[in-house]
Amino acid sequence: MKARVHVMLKNGVLDPQGEAVRHALGALGFDGVNGVRQGKVIELDLADGATEADVTQMCEKLLANTVIESYSVEMG
Amino acid sequence: MRAAVVVFPGSNCDRDLAVAFEAAGAEVSMVWHKDDALPEGVDIVGIPGGFSYGDYLRCGAIAAQSNICNAVKAHADRGGYVLGVCNGFQVLTETGLLPGALLRNAGLKYICKTVGLKVETSNSDFTAGYNAGDVIDIPIAHHDGNYFADADTIKRLQDADRVAFTYEDNPNGAQADIAGILSANRRVLGMMPHPERAADIGHGGTDGAALFRALVGALATA
Repeated sequence: MKARVHVMLKNGVLDPQGEAVRHALGALGFDGVNGVRQGKVIELDLADGATEADVTQMCEKLLANTVIESYSVEMG
Repeated sequence: MRAAVVVFPGSNCDRDLAVAFEAAGAEVSMVWHKDDALPEGVDIVGIPGGFSYGDYLRCGAIAAQSNICNAVKAHADRGGYVLGVCNGFQVLTETGLLPGALLRNAGLKYICKTVGLKVETSNSDFTAGYNAGDVIDIPIAHHDGNYFADADTIKRLQDADRVAFTYEDNPNGAQADIAGILSANRRVLGMMPHPERAADIGHGGTDGAALFRALVGALATA
């Protein structure tokens, strides 16, 4: 069983890497990119029977730092 | 006065921190990250700079879940002293012993240079060797030193005189120029600059030595 966790910096937290990517896209001639936010995707290969609640606990305890990051969980 | 310095895989300032404590008169033991307990009678735990666990996931995140960090948390909860420098500060925010988080430097570059730090408070056993308002020269060496906390937390820290050091010329985008903060009981200090790298004449500066001297002096008489 697979789960996919998306971790993003919260809105309002400066994302300098996203900003650098936005500038680079502009330099390549891609106009109209008003914002870039960069996050990470973590894929988990889980034993059968694992629940979304289990993955949420993993996010709260380790995978995300909820001071600065938000996360979402996709099961299956 | 007994100090313990934690060693994680990827720590690289552990020996420097131990030498600074020793030079100030402390008896120092090194503690491996897999150990479950601190040595008996330890007054202060030093969490050194470096790249614990390769900075994987987030700086300090995996170290904060290590066996020894549970012992460090228990030590702090009992009123024990903890000094976290650089990666050690990141670990302390990840454990929740200090509020906020350290983000990537606003300019995206790793910065390694000596900076001017303003001592914001002398009201702690870490900073009692300085006068509030002193400007000291201490090296920084970090990629993720941009202190972030929400506005309420920043205000709470400032109102409670818990900001220990601020940058004279903010190098990394840190909120309110914050370089180091204290816990509510003023016994846990996290700071991005490296006082142990300015603790010997051979380092090119000794402005950091007063931090270790004050700490060892206070704890020796405690």
